[in-house]
Amino acid sequence: MSSPPSPPGHTVKSFDDDLRSLRSMIGRMGGLARKQLDDSIEALLTSDEEAADRICAKDKELDEMEMEAEAYAISIIARRAPMAGDLREVIAALKIGSVIERVGDYAKNCARRVSVLAGHVDRGVHPGIAEMARMASSLLDDALTSFAQRDSELAKKVAAGDEAIDDYYESLFQALLAQIAEDPNQTATATHFIFIIKNLERVGDHATNIAEMVHYSATGDHIADRPKGGDATEISLPL
Amino acid sequence: MTDPSSPSDTGETLPERTPTEWHSNAMQRRIRRRYARERRFRFFGLAALVLAAGFLAFLLFTIVSDGWRGFQRAEVAVEVTYVEDELTAESGSLARADYRTLLRRDLREQFGTERVASEGAWLRLRERMEENPGLLGQTERVWVVASPEVDLMAKGDVDFTLPAERRVVDDEMVEDYRDLRESDRVRLAFNSGFLSRADSTSSELAGVWGALIGSILTILVTLAISFPIGVMTAVYLEEYAPKNRITDIIEVSINNLAAVPSIIFGLLGLAVFLNFFGMPRSAPLVGGLTLALMTLPVIVIAARVALQSVPPSIKDAALGVGASRLQVISHHVLPVALPGILTGTIIGVSRALGETAPLLLIGMRAFVSDIPEGVTQPATVLPVQIFLWSDEVGRGFIEKTSAAIMVLLAVLLSMNALAIYLRNKFERRW
Amino acid sequence: MAEYDTETVVHEEMTLRNDAKMTARDVSVFYGQKQAVRSVSIDVDSHYVTAFIGPSGCGKSTFLRCFNRMNDTIDIARVEGDIDLDGRDIYDPKMDVVQLRARVGMVFQKPNPFPKSIYENIAYGPRIHGLAESKTDMDRIVETSLQRAGLWNEVKDRLDESGTALSGGQQQRLCIARAIAVDPEVILMDEPCSALDPIATAKVEELIDELQGRYAIVIVTHNMQQAARVSQRTAFFHLGHLVEYGPTDEIFTNPKADRTRDYITGRFG
Repeated sequence: MSSPPSPPGHTVKSFDDDLRSLRSMIGRMGGLARKQLDDSIEALLTSDEEAADRICAKDKELDEMEMEAEAYAISIIARRAPMAGDLREVIAALKIGSVIERVGDYAKNCARRVSVLAGHVDRGVHPGIAEMARMASSLLDDALTSFAQRDSELAKKVAAGDEAIDDYYESLFQALLAQIAEDPNQTATATHFIFIIKNLERVGDHATNIAEMVHYSATGDHIADRPKGGDATEISLPL
Repeated sequence: MTDPSSPSDTGETLPERTPTEWHSNAMQRRIRRRYARERRFRFFGLAALVLAAGFLAFLLFTIVSDGWRGFQRAEVAVEVTYVEDELTAESGSLARADYRTLLRRDLREQFGTERVASEGAWLRLRERMEENPGLLGQTERVWVVASPEVDLMAKGDVDFTLPAERRVVDDEMVEDYRDLRESDRVRLAFNSGFLSRADSTSSELAGVWGALIGSILTILVTLAISFPIGVMTAVYLEEYAPKNRITDIIEVSINNLAAVPSIIFGLLGLAVFLNFFGMPRSAPLVGGLTLALMTLPVIVIAARVALQSVPPSIKDAALGVGASRLQVISHHVLPVALPGILTGTIIGVSRALGETAPLLLIGMRAFVSDIPEGVTQPATVLPVQIFLWSDEVGRGFIEKTSAAIMVLLAVLLSMNALAIYLRNKFERRW
Repeated sequence: MAEYDTETVVHEEMTLRNDAKMTARDVSVFYGQKQAVRSVSIDVDSHYVTAFIGPSGCGKSTFLRCFNRMNDTIDIARVEGDIDLDGRDIYDPKMDVVQLRARVGMVFQKPNPFPKSIYENIAYGPRIHGLAESKTDMDRIVETSLQRAGLWNEVKDRLDESGTALSGGQQQRLCIARAIAVDPEVILMDEPCSALDPIATAKVEELIDELQGRYAIVIVTHNMQQAARVSQRTAFFHLGHLVEYGPTDEIFTNPKADRTRDYITGRFG
């Protein structure tokens, strides 16, 4: 798959530098958010409370990076008055920044549950969560790559790749509900796990959002509406 | 800027306008009247143009139809024998030989009268001898300048049907002319003498060369005086002089001076150059100085306009890289203004070239039969020459007058052409 | 229009220091009876592009023309206050104006190349100041100046063509090259792009960006976007007053003075 030909550079070269810097800021943020997510799941699976604390502390860094990127994007808009593709790109960067920050929040959220869940290793659900986290993380990675390379084709793929995560979510959700039904004592633990898989499912949605924004930024068109899955309301409770 | 809180549409109702009837009869009439006015206006303009062109064409036609014959002259063929003894009989040397008597004898022998040839016809014999000294003792047929009467008849200006008293030529001359025609010994040829000789009392020998040289010398003096002074004045007034009452007065004075009748300058020249400084009369020097006084304001005004039209951005540019005032003027302002200054100067000088009145006052109306060789020698100028000839009674001078006008016009036109050429050559596009 | 206070807001980074390349202290300019600039103090740094913005008639161009004494050429203009170049008063009678204008070059609103060849346009300044020892020297000056102005590749094969035959944008870059040729320390630009189309404007802006750091550049512009694009420092003038002076980013995203805010957001003019 080839990425679309990149447009020729701006007459004012420092404008290109500005856009490149903004993109690399978002890239760095995305990298950090992904690492946070991976680390938080790792901490959860290994019940590493110390690592979890580190992750919570590190979320501050991500927040700061987001503010920095936002200020930079605003400054670009103020100074360069970007137009067309440039404008879409800067706006996309702004939005993607806040999405990534949300992903960071989810990672922190997971990490916070590590202390509560420590010792409640659930062999039944863990492999599924690990796999789901891996999928969400790789989807996020693809979304960020598509942004970094302005690759609308990859973005399209990412937008479609969300469904697998939704499927996982549904099956894990069902499994956890079944657990609660089986043993009401497990309700608290299982609920925590439900929140975690919910968060992972949201990460998948956000990756999709990023991909949509990348596609819009690169082509000016929205990706044709896809059926939104993974909404827990659609799942019938086994009553 | 309007205050954003002052709304322009507060809901106040403006009085309704009845929609304009663009197709009503009144509107149609108005349109027709407007078209009629347009047509009338165009017609008047065209009529004025046609009238002006008609006058010009008439003027040119009269001058050319009279004048072209001034460039022609009748010549008579004479068999001349260059007899050495006769030539040197009086003076004793060939250098001061007496061609006149020789020619008279030959004329009498061949035509029975001397009156067919001009009084100055012997000059042709001297020219022949000077060209070819080997002709001594030989006989040849020479075309010599015909007399004014023969000239008139050859050019068809004599109505032979009129009785002798009412013709300028008598019957005897008519007979002689008929004989010449029959023997094919009369012809019309290009009058080279007209362009190479000075004034003369005989119309067939008079030329404009002396006057032309006089004009050129006079104009050179005018140029040499008025151009540098005029340009420096303009540069000072435009670039250095502060704008105040004094410079305003100077400006008004210069403009008024340009409108002063030229004869006043003649009086000034007479009083200052001749009476006060005691310069020679009739000299191109004095004429040139007088005309310079007259041309000066014209050049100053033209040069100022040209300097004003130099875009200030050029001066800014030069100042901006650190050019001094002199450098700005000499490197940038003057080169750009030059075509305008030259055009103005040439127009001023053309006017001076056509000027008669002031020169009459300083004595340039004298009869000068020599070609001037310097600015202090007596000379006349083309327009004065025309004026003098137009006063002559001789029939032959009428065509000379027109021919001289043609020469003057040609000189003026070529000067204007030069002005246009210089302007195009030096003009820079932006 | 709302009442504004006439205090100058100077951002922290811009606090006046006397070691700046050019400093102006309490400069006022009068045209006859009319005061065009009212007691303006400002520093111009070597390494930055400083933009003067403001509505028409706010005195920004007049103030700019004080920096190389171009106002001297206007009979009725009178300048008060101090302007120093490297700590030396440029209005000192001992200061040579010709040399000052070589050190403080100027680019004008309308491209104004001399009606001479491209080569002559560049060589003129160095020649009158005797900056070139030989023809080779001069050739080198012409080439480097045109190269720095980003014009060399476009004109190297037609150096003997008239400078006025170039396009508007090229003419303006030629004028910048001409200013560079005399090796100035400061370049003043008086609305250099106002007569150019957007593409030519972008090229000139890129050139300004390239020159930043090598020369102290002061640019007057009525185009706020341009000030935002090319400058690092922005000074906003209104009715002859300096209203606000600060980093361009700050001025355009978070102005401190009400007048600046209202002007850049298009609420008065």
